[in-house]
Amino acid sequence: MTDLAWIDAALTAARPKAVGALLRYFHDLDQAEEAFQESCLRALKTWPVNGPPRDPAAWLILVGRNVALDDVRRRSKTQALPPEEILSDLNDAEADLAERLDSAHYRDDVLRLLFICCHPDLPAVQQIALALRIVSGLSVEEIARAFLVSEAAMEQRITRAKSRVAAAAVPFETPGAVERAERLGSVAAMVYLLFNEGYSATGGSAHVRVSLCEEAIRLARLLLGLFPSEPEIMGLTALLLFQHARARARLDPDGNIVLLDEQDRGLWNHDMIAEGLALVDKALRHHRPGSYQVQAAIAALHARAARPQDTDWAEIDQLYATLERLQPSPVVTLNRAVAVAKLRGPEAALAMIEPLADRLSGYFHFFGAKGAFLTQLGRTEEARDAFGRAIALAHTPAEAAHIRLHLDRLMKDSQSA
Amino acid sequence: MLYAVLCYHDEAEVMGWTPAQDEAVLAKRAKVQQKVAAAGKLGPVARLMPTTAATTVRSGREPVVIDGPFAETKEQLLGFYVVDCASLDEAIAFARELGHGETGALEIRPLRHFETGSRAR
Repeated sequence: MTDLAWIDAALTAARPKAVGALLRYFHDLDQAEEAFQESCLRALKTWPVNGPPRDPAAWLILVGRNVALDDVRRRSKTQALPPEEILSDLNDAEADLAERLDSAHYRDDVLRLLFICCHPDLPAVQQIALALRIVSGLSVEEIARAFLVSEAAMEQRITRAKSRVAAAAVPFETPGAVERAERLGSVAAMVYLLFNEGYSATGGSAHVRVSLCEEAIRLARLLLGLFPSEPEIMGLTALLLFQHARARARLDPDGNIVLLDEQDRGLWNHDMIAEGLALVDKALRHHRPGSYQVQAAIAALHARAARPQDTDWAEIDQLYATLERLQPSPVVTLNRAVAVAKLRGPEAALAMIEPLADRLSGYFHFFGAKGAFLTQLGRTEEARDAFGRAIALAHTPAEAAHIRLHLDRLMKDSQSA
Repeated sequence: MLYAVLCYHDEAEVMGWTPAQDEAVLAKRAKVQQKVAAAGKLGPVARLMPTTAATTVRSGREPVVIDGPFAETKEQLLGFYVVDCASLDEAIAFARELGHGETGALEIRPLRHFETGSRAR
């Protein structure tokens, strides 16, 4: 790897810890980011010469803090601190700092950094944008591309979100156990949203979307590293890994949606699946079920099936029933109906989703599933209506094209009948 | 003499590599491996899953199962086993038995990749 490539990877990896710690020192997000930028610039100068420091995050924090202090000193015309060129050799200072910044400190620093992005006044998209900018360090341009808005518009949104966050009292005291659990819950939800933003592909190029999913997985792993005994974080990470493992099989070469049953399972990423299964295994030992774990368990059953007909639909139905209890939602019931259709046939599935019609009247997947059940029952006219509603509600050309395929098949079948 | 070569790196950094970067490193290493393998000298090769997938069994009178990797600095890595288990519970039972009556710890880390190598016993 070139100098630039490994330094870039090291800076990105160290970013959440470093910005989190600098935020704790400065109590100001902009100042923390500036200090981090400055320390990155210095890393680019000195690391290729001196080699990588033992603990990049500690180095960046120390330099970032010194730069800021240096500024203050320069202004008051006192002596400057030693330049960072010799700092790489100051392993004692580094080790000392690394020790003080033990994992517990890092944990709350990173959690705080993520948590301030989850301010309840911020709409979901702004929470995600803020996290991508501050925690992941994506450029405004990259984020703008992911959300299909101009760079200027995204810049404005992020600036507004930042001042919103700054105006709210950022919690700097060490959180108590209950508070920490609440923060972790909000942050997990944000990571989940971020992944869905990438997964649901409401716009943007496939490449950009994939990077959102990867970023979400990176953040989930970061959280799990900081909170290694939280079964819900194991569940969340596993869930994202299972979903992302199918990314390559979800679209055909022309960009058309390929349903789970028809996907080439050889294209699934089996490393990711294996890691997800290991995490589900770990989570189960805690006997503290939660919605991410149950969703991960469902995804695990799909991932375990070598062929679609090997899928354990009875177990999936049971898990959806558990999920309905943990997190009642018409969307969960709609998903359960798909399992029910496989187990007890389309009639039972249709009966299950009929009561959801009011609440899901604007939901693309409701009409897609309804149309599919009606097709299986031979109720062609009604199926055509349902598919028509689905197309009207489609978010992407791929979604619309997929439903049109169903309609074409219906037409052909009714002509040949 | 048999030697084990243990790979260390900043995990967050390695996980941040793009697939292309990751493959480039593996391809570079594969060349070195092939040379040693051709001489019949290569033993098992494994790539571990991330430490977030790890579980640790702390030996002692009452063995304690802890989520996460073994992270103490006062103990050193002294050896390792590769064992095929149907579940994490089975692996934990194996580790408990191994560490029975001892102190120290045994970390259980799922393998991501495993090759038996070319060395004849």
